[in-house]
Amino acid sequence: MTDGALARGRATEAAPSTREPLIDVRDMTKVYGEGDTAVRALRGVSLRVQADEFVAIMGPSGSGKSTFMHLLGCLDRPTSGSYRLAGQEVSRLSRDELAAVRNRRIGFVFQSFNLLARTTAQENVELPLLYAGVPRDLRVQRARALLQQVGLGDRLGHRPSELSGGQQQRVAIARALANGAPLLMADEPTGNLDSASSAEIMTLFRELNRRDGITVVLVTHDVSVAAWSNRVVTFRDGLIIDDRPSAEAVPRRVRESMLGTAPALEARP
Amino acid sequence: MSIVNLLRIAWQALRRNITRSILTMLGIIIGVGAVITSMAIGAGAQAAVLAQIESLGANLVVVIPGAITSGGVSLGTGSRTTLKLPDVDAIASTVPDVAGAAPYSQTSAQVVAGGMNWYTVIGGTTPSYTGVRSWSVAQGRFFTSAEVDQAAKVAVLGNTVQQNLFPEGGAVGSIVIIKNVPFRVVGVLAPKGQSGFGRDQDDTVMVPITTLLDRLTGQTWVQNFFVSAVTPEAVPAVVDATERLLRLRHHLTVAQPDDFTIRNIADVQQVRLATSQTQALLLAGIAVVSLVVGGIGIMNIMLVSVTERTREIGLRMAVGARGRDILLQFLVEALTLACLGGLIGIAIGVGTAQGSSALGHWPVIVSPFSILLGFLSSLLVGVVFGFYPAQRAAALDPIVALRYE
Repeated sequence: MTDGALARGRATEAAPSTREPLIDVRDMTKVYGEGDTAVRALRGVSLRVQADEFVAIMGPSGSGKSTFMHLLGCLDRPTSGSYRLAGQEVSRLSRDELAAVRNRRIGFVFQSFNLLARTTAQENVELPLLYAGVPRDLRVQRARALLQQVGLGDRLGHRPSELSGGQQQRVAIARALANGAPLLMADEPTGNLDSASSAEIMTLFRELNRRDGITVVLVTHDVSVAAWSNRVVTFRDGLIIDDRPSAEAVPRRVRESMLGTAPALEARP
Repeated sequence: MSIVNLLRIAWQALRRNITRSILTMLGIIIGVGAVITSMAIGAGAQAAVLAQIESLGANLVVVIPGAITSGGVSLGTGSRTTLKLPDVDAIASTVPDVAGAAPYSQTSAQVVAGGMNWYTVIGGTTPSYTGVRSWSVAQGRFFTSAEVDQAAKVAVLGNTVQQNLFPEGGAVGSIVIIKNVPFRVVGVLAPKGQSGFGRDQDDTVMVPITTLLDRLTGQTWVQNFFVSAVTPEAVPAVVDATERLLRLRHHLTVAQPDDFTIRNIADVQQVRLATSQTQALLLAGIAVVSLVVGGIGIMNIMLVSVTERTREIGLRMAVGARGRDILLQFLVEALTLACLGGLIGIAIGVGTAQGSSALGHWPVIVSPFSILLGFLSSLLVGVVFGFYPAQRAAALDPIVALRYE
């Protein structure tokens, strides 16, 4: 795999200075609706994530973790508070500016893959490059390299319906990496996969994190998925109630049973 | 996003539902086809009317005798015998803005030339006739004023008569017999085609008016005067002045009505022209209605398409599509539908017009302008009816769109 070259450009862009965190959220709130019917989904959340961290966000339904995820992903704007992503204040950007930030800095991986049907794997991976205005030759070249990197070099022309769930999620990950984003956001990425495929996908995430220095933030309610991360942030009632290394947050036996199934990884640089 | 990519995305989306795309285009196809066909037929009809006006002669005014009323019985227009040859000279010499005036009387007779014979209209007139009716001589010459004065036995053949009597040619210089009078053929008229009323104008023989009156009909009066004004604008003044002159010459008192009728032929034709224009407008109106219906069809399907593809829209937004990109994507899709429909409609419209010309013998003219108009109107329909669905797609909230089931 020739992923090193692809990752290097991204790493320099991602960490401009020594100590600045990739994600720096302060006192973020999000209120839906107005007056008596207003719902306070986030009630003042602060979180810093360094470049190359692997963070799992957990919490029950309605805890605000999905809202937080959307705000981190620049899909929405907070009601108040600040959000600096890679040194740029993004909490007050316009819709179009947010689209540009998503395009260049964030890669999304969804539970339901969200690949375009009747469109080849390669074309799916090209999609973010298309909106970035990358010329055709470069798009094709990059999409092929990325699919190779996720182990689908022989499935370029396959359509989602011709791929297994795990393969589809790999295409989605390749797509998320297309523009060299420093941040990968995953929402229940293994929710629709069997345990073997889940392990493969989580291994891929950890590989991207450890070897390429890509920051991974994933939302899950499954503690065995959280076991793959370095840090677990727990939400409840719109607040962060717990934030600790996964070694402490995830029971030892869960970690051992999960990570025991994973293929061996090269040492972290 | 480049236009090439937008077109490719649109093409893929439309191919995905090929039956639906074709059915959606049907409205535009019919609309544009109707625009092209109706304009071709309208333009053809107008051109035919204009050609008839042209063939009558420029700015033509016709004077015909009035009706005799005797004991309460009217014999109808043209039954009076009050129009005389000197009246024509008076009109030509005294009425201002008259380009020319010619008398015209006619009778029907068998014309014999050698072993051939032909029953036709014998017209009597003066050399001014060629100018007044914008009718030229193809072979030989028209008869002269001197020949009119002498009541010479000379004739000019219409094209149809020439073809029937002299199929081998050689008409000029030959002798034809009309009512036992031998006439020397001095010329052949250029073909003029059908009159506005479907009569073959070339089926005629022209002789000097004096010869016609003296030797063929024995009449002392003239059936019509053809008067041509110098410009279309001068026609009403010429009509008025001619009326005053003729009243004076016919010694009519203020209490007496005209003993003649003056017709402005161009006016009559103008009415026909207006009628054909109204018909064309009506057809175009129907075409516009079907275009609008086609546009609503496109809007309907685009709205369905936006709803069906809500998740796709959400995903595109998540990976960096701006509202403008989504708007353009769906607008280009609607435009592609409309333009494809327009192009097919143009082909069908041109085919229908040519077909109705070939089968129904209607005069049709397919102008490049109507093709351009057909295409532009399909483009317009695409933009107008594609915009609302595209805007709805662009205004979607990415989070809501991504979660849409």
